[in-house]
Amino acid sequence: MNATESDILVEVNDLKMHFPVLRGLLKRQVASVQAVDGVSFKIRRGETLGLVGESGCGKTTTGRCVLRLYDPTSGQIVFDGHDITHLKKQQIRPIRREISLIFQDPFSSLDPRQTAGQIVGEPMKIHKLTQNDSEYQDTLAELFKTVGLDPAMLDRVPHEFSGGQRQRIGIARALASQPSLIVCDEPISALDVSIQAQIINLLQELQEGNEGLTYLFIAHDLSVVRHISDRVAVMYLGRIVELTEAVNLFDNPKHPYTRALLSAVPIADPVFEESREWIPLEGEVPSPLNPPSGCTFHPRCQFVMEKCKKISPVLKETEPGHEVACHLVK
Amino acid sequence: MSVLMEVKNLKTYFNTEAGLVKAVDGVSYHINENETIGIVGESGCGKSVTQLSTIQLIATPPGRIVEGGVFFEGRDILKLEKNGQEMRSIRGGKISVIFQEPMTSLNPVMTIGRQLTEAIELHLKMTKEDAKKRAIELLDLVGIPSAKQRLSDFPHQFSGGMRQRVMIALGLSCNPRIIIADEPTTALDVTTQAQLLKLMQDVVREFKASLVIVTHNLGVVARYVERIYVMYAGRIIESGSCKDIFAHPRHPYTMGLLRAVPRLNEPKGKKLVPIVGLPPNLLNMPDTCAFLPRCPYAVEKCRQIPWPELRTLENGVHQTACHLDF
Repeated sequence: MNATESDILVEVNDLKMHFPVLRGLLKRQVASVQAVDGVSFKIRRGETLGLVGESGCGKTTTGRCVLRLYDPTSGQIVFDGHDITHLKKQQIRPIRREISLIFQDPFSSLDPRQTAGQIVGEPMKIHKLTQNDSEYQDTLAELFKTVGLDPAMLDRVPHEFSGGQRQRIGIARALASQPSLIVCDEPISALDVSIQAQIINLLQELQEGNEGLTYLFIAHDLSVVRHISDRVAVMYLGRIVELTEAVNLFDNPKHPYTRALLSAVPIADPVFEESREWIPLEGEVPSPLNPPSGCTFHPRCQFVMEKCKKISPVLKETEPGHEVACHLVK
Repeated sequence: MSVLMEVKNLKTYFNTEAGLVKAVDGVSYHINENETIGIVGESGCGKSVTQLSTIQLIATPPGRIVEGGVFFEGRDILKLEKNGQEMRSIRGGKISVIFQEPMTSLNPVMTIGRQLTEAIELHLKMTKEDAKKRAIELLDLVGIPSAKQRLSDFPHQFSGGMRQRVMIALGLSCNPRIIIADEPTTALDVTTQAQLLKLMQDVVREFKASLVIVTHNLGVVARYVERIYVMYAGRIIESGSCKDIFAHPRHPYTMGLLRAVPRLNEPKGKKLVPIVGLPPNLLNMPDTCAFLPRCPYAVEKCRQIPWPELRTLENGVHQTACHLDF
C-alpha cells in the first residue's frame, strides 16, 4: 500500500535498545540485553498498528522508545515529520502532548491520593490547554462523558472505582492532552472477560469519532490484537519477523514463528478447534542477553537450513503490504 | 462411564468485616472417570473456592463450608477431619491441585527434588532411593531436560514455564485420580500454554485420571474440555457438553460471554457485544437471579421469582438456570 509522506505519523528506522548489564565495584559493563535489535515500521495517521509477541520479545520496550521514555541505543524515531530520537528534555515537552500512553494495570497506574478529576486534568494543566477554570471544568466533564464515566464521580479517588472504570480514567487521562498517537500497552489484560469488550469497543469508538487518532496497540493476546488492529507486527526476540494487514496475517501467515504462535491460540469454538492443527514449538525463547546467531528463531524452527544459522534475514516485502523476515519466503 | 466424584449442594461462606459473603452458594457437579471438565467464570464467581472447598483447603476463619457433600470413593470426604490422616492422604494424593502461580506455590528454599520426594515418600510410602528415582522419571515425563541434575536446583533457577512443569510433575507424583488445575497457564505465554495443556492432556490420559480445568479462558475450554460448568456469583448457571454450550448457549450470561470475546477466525469488522454493567457484589445478594441487572432478556417474571434452579433441557444433559427458552 502506498502512503505519501504526510500520511505517516510515526516512522521507526532500525531501532536498537540495548540495556547494559553492570557488574562489580567499578560497574563495568559485562554484557548487554538486546531488548530491541533493529526494528523498523511506519504507522499511518488514523490507523491502529498492533505489536504482538510473547513476554520478553521487546514489544513494550519498543513502545517506550517511541514515547521517548528510553534513549535508544541507535536508530531513528520520526514523529509527524520531526526526528525526535535525540531531542532533549525541554525540546521533547511539546511532543509529549502529542503522544500519550495507556497502561496495563489500572490498579497501580493511578495515584491513589489524587481524585479522578485531578488525574485526568493533570495533562491539561501541564500543557496549559485551557484558558480559565470554567473551561477546565467543562473539558473535564466532557472527557468523563466521552469515556463513559459520570462527571459526578470527578471527586472520587481511584479505589472507589472498579477495574473497568479505572481503565476508563486511564483512557480519559490519555485523551486529555488531545494526542494524535496513543501507545496502548496491554490495556485490557488486567480486566475480566466481560469488561474487556467494553474497553475494546470504547477504544474503537474514540478512533471513529476522532479522525486521525492513531494507536500503537501492544498486547500478547492475538485475538484481541487481530480484532482491533489494521496492521499487525509480530515480534520475536527484539525483532519484527512479520508485518502485514491484520486479516492477512491470520489468513496467510508466512513466518514459521507466526504460524506456530497462531496455532497455539485456542479459539472459543470447539468445532473449529477440531479441524485445527497445532504446530508445537520446542524449548523456550532464548535469552536476549545472548541471542542465537543468524536468524534468532533458528534453534526452534522446524524448517531450519544452514543459511539460517549464519545470516540474519532482513524484513522485506514479499507481497504488497506483507513484510517477512525469513530465508524461506521468497 | 462411571462417576468418580460428585459434589452436592456445596456452600462456602466467608465472614468478612463488611458482612457475610456467599462465595459458593449451592454448587453441584460431578466428574466422570477419564474425563476432562472445565469450570468457567470470571474472577470472583467462586470457581476456585469451589475447588478448594472440595479438598477442605479453605482457611477457617474466615471461610466456612456450611453445607453440602463431596462424594469420592464411596464416602463424603467433607465429613473427614480437615487435617486428619485420611483427608491428608486424599489431598495431594488421590486428588492433587496445580495452582495458577508457579512462582508462589513452590517453596523457594527447598530444592525441586526434595519437594517432589517429600510428597512421594509421604503418600506412596517409598524409600528415599525409590522416591528419587520416581522424581527423575516424573521430571523426564513433563519434559524437563537433564532431570537428574536439576533435582538439586531451586525454583528460582527455573523459568516460569519450567516451574509450571515442575508443578505438573508434583501434581502427578502420587498417582492421583483427579487433578484440579486452577488457572494453570494464565501467567504463561500462549506457546508455553499450548505445550503445557497438551502435556497435561497426555499425562492425564496415560495415568487414567480425570482433569478439572478452572479457567476464565473460553478458548482453553473449547480446545481441551469435554464438559463445561459455567459459574456466576457463586452458582453454576449452565452446564453441558462443550460443543452444545458453544453451539447453543442457553443462559443469557453464557450467551453474553461468547459474544464478548474476539475470536481469531471471526470476520474482520465484527463488533463485540459487551455485557453491560459489573459483576455483582457478593455482599447482600438479592433473592432474584444475580444476572438480572445485566441481562438483556429480563422480563417481569425474573423480578418476581427467586433465582431459578438448574433445569435440564430436552437433550437430557444440558442444564440452565434460566426460566426463559432461547
